[in-house]
Amino acid sequence: MASPILSLKRVNKSFGPVHVLKDVDFSAYAGKVTALVGDNGAGKSTLIKCIAGIYTPETGEFIFEGKPVTIAGPRDATELGIEIVYQDLALCDNLDIVHNMFLGREEISGITLNESSMESLAKKTLDGLSVRTVKSIRQKVASLSGGQRQTVAIARAVLWNSKVVILDEPTAALGVAQTEQVLKLVRQLADNGLAVIVISHNLNDVFQVADNIAAMYLGSMAAQVEKNSVNQNDVVRLITTGAQK
Amino acid sequence: MSQDLSIKQSANDWWSRVKAGQVGALPALLGLLVLCIVFGTQSSVFLTPGNLANLLTQAAAVIVIAMGLVFVLLLGEIDLSAGYAAGVCGALLVIMITEMDYPWYLAFPISVLSGVLLGAVIGYLVAQLKIPSFVVTLATFLAFQGLLLLLVGEGGTIRIEDPVILAVENKNLSVSYSWIFFFLTAGAYLLSGLLKFRKRKKVGLVDNLFKLWAIKTFALIAIGTLATWALTVERSNNPDLVSLRGIPYVVPVILVLLVGATFVLSRTSFGLHIYAVGGNAEAARRAGINVKMVRITAFMICTGFAAVAGMIFVSRANSISPTVQRFSMQLERQLLVEQVSLEEKEKSAMQSLAALL
Repeated sequence: MASPILSLKRVNKSFGPVHVLKDVDFSAYAGKVTALVGDNGAGKSTLIKCIAGIYTPETGEFIFEGKPVTIAGPRDATELGIEIVYQDLALCDNLDIVHNMFLGREEISGITLNESSMESLAKKTLDGLSVRTVKSIRQKVASLSGGQRQTVAIARAVLWNSKVVILDEPTAALGVAQTEQVLKLVRQLADNGLAVIVISHNLNDVFQVADNIAAMYLGSMAAQVEKNSVNQNDVVRLITTGAQK
Repeated sequence: MSQDLSIKQSANDWWSRVKAGQVGALPALLGLLVLCIVFGTQSSVFLTPGNLANLLTQAAAVIVIAMGLVFVLLLGEIDLSAGYAAGVCGALLVIMITEMDYPWYLAFPISVLSGVLLGAVIGYLVAQLKIPSFVVTLATFLAFQGLLLLLVGEGGTIRIEDPVILAVENKNLSVSYSWIFFFLTAGAYLLSGLLKFRKRKKVGLVDNLFKLWAIKTFALIAIGTLATWALTVERSNNPDLVSLRGIPYVVPVILVLLVGATFVLSRTSFGLHIYAVGGNAEAARRAGINVKMVRITAFMICTGFAAVAGMIFVSRANSISPTVQRFSMQLERQLLVEQVSLEEKEKSAMQSLAALL
């Protein structure tokens, strides 16, 4: 397997007396979808929050593109090209798609917003993701369906030439058809050369879209394996007992 | 993703939005129409040019406060004390001019600045200490009332004789200047619209909303022409003694503020951030927007507008007295109306103006 774009070595994090991450190793590869699975409280969210710079781990090494880095805050993560799509998507309903995609990082010419340049860039990004379900990119996010919102949130994450995109339960609130659509989009991201990390509880989704599966069990990494080397039962065992075989 | 939005289609879109309950400025405009018809048929003087000019100058102060309030309401906050903030700033203005002999061009900016400071205090309490704005501004509502009493003295009235301040509400542009003003405004509006379309075409974003825009612009200009004509008609009861015609000076003042507010809200990133914080503060925070700063600034802008309104109020009343109560009650009513119409949180300064009238 090629060398990972992002790898974490022996990461530890505790909240007070609770040791949440215990010597966790984790890697993400460019062009690959890595699924992060585990029961509630296994430490998945804490792990990605450490990657996104929201939490700072006590000990552990971050290696990004072969070089050791420190991620002290969300800004460091975005500068490296790590973007996160939250479970609640963090979109503003009362703004249109373009404004949501550029929120906080608007393009400015003089003192005014450069609307036309933002609009064409947003259009290009959505087209690059083969998104054709959105009627107009000037429509308000409030009028979009759940799947379309997810699409906008993902498009926002890839707008910035990002290298690693983390998706927190992207299909949790979606129907069958929309889940399909989002999974296709996730696949597309990886095919475009990004490293994609997906948190999911749905093993069907995981097996459909992932290349690697990382299973966490009570704060430690039970195993990170290639999808083809395991079946669903193996993964369930990893999640519930932490045991390989 | 190309869209072919013909006029018919956008009209259909609009109608389905209305049916779905997104009525926009429609109730305000309809209400205005009904009011005009009812009062027009009940009173013979209501629809005369004289009364229209009178209504304009009467509403001017409230309009300005309301425009400032838009910034706060868009955040989902409220400022109950804006009326009394206007009173305090008006009193400061009068005191500076009459008792300290400051020229108006010094006194007016200082009074606006003090308004901005009052807003900073409110904004700090709301954003930093996280006290609900309803509570904070209810307190400042009382505090400003007291401050006003303190400044003016109980039962006291301070007259103002500065010709420039008085002219704002009581003098008019001459007829020819009125028309020049109208043509300049209409021309600027037309030009800015055309430039926008040209720029979009240049980057390759083609949309067929041009016709719609043309119709809207034409309608606006027609209304503007009508209004200018009405305001340039002689409206003095005794034309030989005093001639009373032309656009009141306060109209350009309001228009400048309106253009400024619209520009900030719709064209700058700060305006976008205001909408974003109002729509989803948590999302805005995660996008790296300084939510606290946006909140505080919005309150500062709001009371800054209130200070301008205070000047207009002083100009209309020729004086300041602690009993701006009537004015303030009127404002409460308007606030309620506006609060309702702003519920969708996607209103522009223009629409709030319509709601107010």
